Amino acid sequence: MDLKDKLLSSFIAFENNVDLDNPIHEVRSEAIKNFEEKGFPSKKEEAWKYTSLNNLQKVDFSVFPKQENTLEYRDIKKYFLHEIDTYKIVFIDGVYSSYLSETTHDGVDVCLMSAAFNKPMYKQIIELYFNKVASKDESLTTLNTAFSREGAYIYIPKNKAPRKPIQIIHFATGNEAALMLQPRNLIIAEENAEVQIIERHQSLTGNEVFTNSVTEIYAAKDAIVDFYKVQNDAKTASLVDNTYISQKDNSVVRVHTFSFGGKMTRNNLNFYQNGERIDSTLKGVTILGEKQHVDHHTLVHHAQPNCESHQDYKGIFGEKSTGVFNGKIIVDQIAQKTNAFQQNNNILLSDKATINTKPQLEIFADDVKCSHGCTIGQLDEDALFYLQSRGIPKKEATALLMYAFANNVLESVRIPELKKRINKIIANTLGVRVGFDL
Amino acid sequence: MAYTEEELKKELETKEYEYGFYTDIESDTFPKGLSEDIVIAISQKKQEPEWMTEWRLEAFRFWKEMEEPEWANVKYEKPNFQDISYYSAPNKKPKYNSLDEVDPELLDTFKRLGISLDEQKKLAGVAVDIVMDSVSVATTFKKTLAEKGIIFCSISEAIQDHPELVKKYIGTVVPQKDNFYAALNSAVFSDGSFCYIPKGVRCPMELSTYFRINQAGTGQFERTLVIADEGSYVSYLEGCTAPSRDENQLHAAVVELIALDDAEIKYSTVQNWYPGDKEGKGGVFNFVTKRGICEENAKISWTQVETGSAVTWKYPSCVLKGDNSIGEFYSIAVTNNYQQADTGTKMIHLGKNTKSTIISKGISAGQSQNSYRGLVQVNSRAENARNFSQCDSLLMGNRCGAHTFPYIETKNKSAQIEHEATTSKIGEDQIFYCNQRGIDTEKAIALIVNGFSKEVLNKLPMEFAVEAQKLLEISLEGSVG
Repeated sequence: MDLKDKLLSSFIAFENNVDLDNPIHEVRSEAIKNFEEKGFPSKKEEAWKYTSLNNLQKVDFSVFPKQENTLEYRDIKKYFLHEIDTYKIVFIDGVYSSYLSETTHDGVDVCLMSAAFNKPMYKQIIELYFNKVASKDESLTTLNTAFSREGAYIYIPKNKAPRKPIQIIHFATGNEAALMLQPRNLIIAEENAEVQIIERHQSLTGNEVFTNSVTEIYAAKDAIVDFYKVQNDAKTASLVDNTYISQKDNSVVRVHTFSFGGKMTRNNLNFYQNGERIDSTLKGVTILGEKQHVDHHTLVHHAQPNCESHQDYKGIFGEKSTGVFNGKIIVDQIAQKTNAFQQNNNILLSDKATINTKPQLEIFADDVKCSHGCTIGQLDEDALFYLQSRGIPKKEATALLMYAFANNVLESVRIPELKKRINKIIANTLGVRVGFDL
Repeated sequence: MAYTEEELKKELETKEYEYGFYTDIESDTFPKGLSEDIVIAISQKKQEPEWMTEWRLEAFRFWKEMEEPEWANVKYEKPNFQDISYYSAPNKKPKYNSLDEVDPELLDTFKRLGISLDEQKKLAGVAVDIVMDSVSVATTFKKTLAEKGIIFCSISEAIQDHPELVKKYIGTVVPQKDNFYAALNSAVFSDGSFCYIPKGVRCPMELSTYFRINQAGTGQFERTLVIADEGSYVSYLEGCTAPSRDENQLHAAVVELIALDDAEIKYSTVQNWYPGDKEGKGGVFNFVTKRGICEENAKISWTQVETGSAVTWKYPSCVLKGDNSIGEFYSIAVTNNYQQADTGTKMIHLGKNTKSTIISKGISAGQSQNSYRGLVQVNSRAENARNFSQCDSLLMGNRCGAHTFPYIETKNKSAQIEHEATTSKIGEDQIFYCNQRGIDTEKAIALIVNGFSKEVLNKLPMEFAVEAQKLLEISLEGSVG
């Protein structure tokens, strides 16, 4: 039985476990119908030209974990940003772990999707926001919608900001077998609210893990949302991350994606600008080796005048790794005075590594400033020589230059501890130990 | 008088196609439709050898299995391939020895197009192989070329006179089954140009062919084959205009360039087929496959000025097979009213130290859609490949669209690739700056558009640059000085 059939048949079992009177039931049924029709995307589709899901579909994934697993904090502490105090929403094999988490209802809601789905007090918000910006015909998104039950629910009311950043961590123990997870997150920042979120998927097993995650983010007027995705997973884990962002007037949303780990990672990052004077920032650092594969697929849809978007993706690809960048900017006819910038720089370290990039512009308005730039190259030999002539070994010098290359993206990270952590991961990935804090 | 962008737009909308006349020449036309019999009939009509007929039939069989491509960013009503006549030749044969013998109506057509044969002969020193509908009617300067050993004739003549060259090279760059339209062309191509430059010869003049679609309801399927032998150089020009027709006309040409070691081919195109009226009715469908292959140290340079056609689907490409080979692509694509253009290039780096440059300028006005679609591919053995791409779009008015689809695929760490694209309109500040220095708005727009396309216009051969200017004027009159 292939994965699609398995998922379709488990949907019936899944439905038996959830409340059928819930209005969400209808949304789920619609969604599974769409997935049944479309199935997993194939390389024949333009959007999946460079990324194949074929191997994943051959794995016999367990769709529901059979038993509850627990973890000791000291074993997994290193995966948390433990240097600072944060709210934590922790899932183990898709099940909420209250023991490891720290949620709140004090002024802001930092809790669970399952609670939001079932408690009457959230009914109105769920009706207003759930599955509204997420695609209703992209097959993997609808697959997630069909199985949406658990994930992080963050609601920041007007003029509020939580006291500390929020961490969302999904652990996969995968003790039994290969595991498929489908977390669903909903983040709403009301007018003038502000929130910082760090998200991480972490597999703790040698078994295969496939995560198909969907996150919806709504930023109302004047809201500020910072979202950091740390993708430093085990080499047996695959991730499809679908993020949909809807922005209103004057809002600022910044999404940083740090991709170092994982076997196959596909990021579908979609920004919809539904207001004026919006600022959207998409940044990413990708450093890969072995046979890793990371695909950044971004969309910024400028639907209203006077907005801005900034994209900056840096990639360093070694060994047999593959990097894909497909950035799309759409500027509607009424979106005059749009400023949209896109930058994608890549360094190839090995002859076996591949980079496929397709920065794409679709522009229907005339009074706009849109540009994209894309480069593929090597480290500057002169700069390398300069550093070596000053006594820095080649390996460290290389690392320094690569670090400098990626630094632009790190500059806009607004949590200093996170920045430090990312620096450490970069140093680790590059395999160097330099005398100062990289 | 102050000239505003509004006025320019209005003028653009009402600008009629200047070359939209129709010459009544008796034609020898085949019945409509396509089948193996028609393919054989075309081949027989042209008295082709058997291997050519077989080659055509093979292509036809591939074509039958293929589907029309749909990935391009253009929308149009698909042509009915059974409703097209696949062969049409001007009737008045045999070939003329002097211009006096040529059908006066034909000569008149050329005059109105601004291609007076004798004038061209004397003034420009250009050898013109005129393709009227499908059959080559007149070839000039053949003697001069023959002295150097250069072969420049129609492809049907080449099949008769130089079968060994045609047989060796045809289909080597664009195979029959390359794509839907290439397969169609391979099966039914009626005529086209053939050019061979011997070893070490530098072609003393620009070779030029003017294409024209004339007879109603006939598709035109040109096949061009240019071979530059080791160490030779040739500059080849191709220009086209077509009369006004309401019915959509299909044009599916194939151009193959072969640059052997140390050779250089410069291929320039000015395309100004009927773009349809301002409601978007009629116009030519232009689905062209152009590709060149570079052996060691060879260079191929494509320059194109695309102003016509209702739908354009065209990607002149370079396969950089030999070490140190160079590919270049310079393009201006202008779309107005309801025109749609999906054009760009492919640079395939296979050899070491290969270089490619892509400069693409898109200008869209009215309700047109203008897309750049390009591929830069560096294979794992292409050490030190270098590419620079730049695609700029200029939007005039807010009902048109500009799109960029650049694909970059790199498998070699020593590759250096740069790509940049911008989209903008003519800045108010730019116009203001000009006004401030006493340049009126009309001239300012002309200056800016001209400057915007300069990099590409500069690449055209002198004789052609004038023509290109003329054609740009038709599409964007008032904006190009």
